[in-house]
Amino acid sequence: MTLEKTPKLRRGFRFQWEPVQQSHVLLYPEGMVKLNGSAGAILAEVDGVRPVHQIIHSLEQQFPEAGPLAADVEAFLADAVQQQWIEWS
Amino acid sequence: MTVVAEARVGPPLWLLAELTYRCPLQCPYCSNPLDYASQQQELSTEQWLDVLRQGRAMGAAQLGFSGGEPLVRQDLPELIAGARDLGYYTNLITSGIGLTEAKVQAFAEAGLDHIQVSFQASDPELNNAVAGSRKAFEQKLAMARAVKAAGYPMVLNFVIHRHNIHQMNDILALCENLDADYVELATCQYYGWAFKNREGLMPSKAQLVQAEQEVNDYRHDLRTRGRPMKVIFVTPDYYEERPKACMNGWGNLFLTVAPDGTALPCHSARLLPIDFPNVQTKSLNDIWYHSPGFNHYRGDSWMPEPCRSCDEKDKDFGGCRCQAYLLTGNADNADPVCSKSPHNDRILAARTAADHATAGLDDLIYRNARNSKLLYRG
Repeated sequence: MTLEKTPKLRRGFRFQWEPVQQSHVLLYPEGMVKLNGSAGAILAEVDGVRPVHQIIHSLEQQFPEAGPLAADVEAFLADAVQQQWIEWS
Repeated sequence: MTVVAEARVGPPLWLLAELTYRCPLQCPYCSNPLDYASQQQELSTEQWLDVLRQGRAMGAAQLGFSGGEPLVRQDLPELIAGARDLGYYTNLITSGIGLTEAKVQAFAEAGLDHIQVSFQASDPELNNAVAGSRKAFEQKLAMARAVKAAGYPMVLNFVIHRHNIHQMNDILALCENLDADYVELATCQYYGWAFKNREGLMPSKAQLVQAEQEVNDYRHDLRTRGRPMKVIFVTPDYYEERPKACMNGWGNLFLTVAPDGTALPCHSARLLPIDFPNVQTKSLNDIWYHSPGFNHYRGDSWMPEPCRSCDEKDKDFGGCRCQAYLLTGNADNADPVCSKSPHNDRILAARTAADHATAGLDDLIYRNARNSKLLYRG
């Protein structure tokens, strides 16, 4: 169960919008990942304060046409932990 | 032709600011030009800030402060703060010499994101011999600890060559002990001083195979123990059959600005017989999209055979222009690392030489002002 856990960006990682690339990116020592729309939307909610279930709720409100998002969000966050972008606080 | 190029060319996402060629160390594999001592002009603080502003507006997101040793610039805190305000992810690439705990703290307050500290070896004796400095190792240890204590992510960089390639286990244990987040084991790339010293630096195939095995075993061990330290081993292209996709393509992602403002598609390109523009006389936008220097090797219409008809040309872009120039005298040629290159024998000869090399540390030409002036007397 990850719903109660709170994700946060690992130290040294920075998430920001890049106007020239028209996308969100994740910056880290000497590297950069260009994020697609849904990855950017999820990481924009990762603030180290709100747990996964609140993040899901917030995204479902922002994108009502997308339907239930729990599975997608959990899968993305699990992958982001694997990639060592985020950790559980 | 430049209009066509502009339509295809993406922004320079990575900006490398070589603030100075001054450095207290004398590493014999330094990537700075051999004649650095005759190029003493440096951009002013305001000029650098202007370069950073222009680069950021064009889309640069990663910024490296490098050199030489960037710490010798007294305006470094100001440049860091300016860069951070502009939204760059700021990387300081340093030998650690000249760093203090107070500076580590001041840079953090200015917004520095990450510090990379270079080492020369895992023990003080070899480290200090290669660096040409008796106190370097102790200072590096202290500063690596200070960097972590201040909460930065830390990359430790080791340039690997025949005199330290046997130290993989010791190097990785040292890095783990210092709590590095990333370790770069960067085998020498033979440009600048490293090209001059190639015979004394290049590891043999047997040395390389053993080192790779040790690194892979250590990585496995790290995973087993649940340690997140990432280890990047940069293999030497002299032992590859195909060339590297140098800089991800010429003028594709990387923009280097040398201490005097010369803009380059990579930090070695200054050695090429190409007239590169200077930020003091042209805008960065003009330089990136319109200058003959940056457009010189974009696309593939410049390629001679065997690259021209090669089905891998979109993957490796014909390899490295600097290497082609250094080894064949013509930068248009295929990188001789490629087994299809008619000049591949030069790589094979270097490998053979590495199997029989006997040069010691004393035989290397160290990177210092005296040697630089001797090499370029005429």
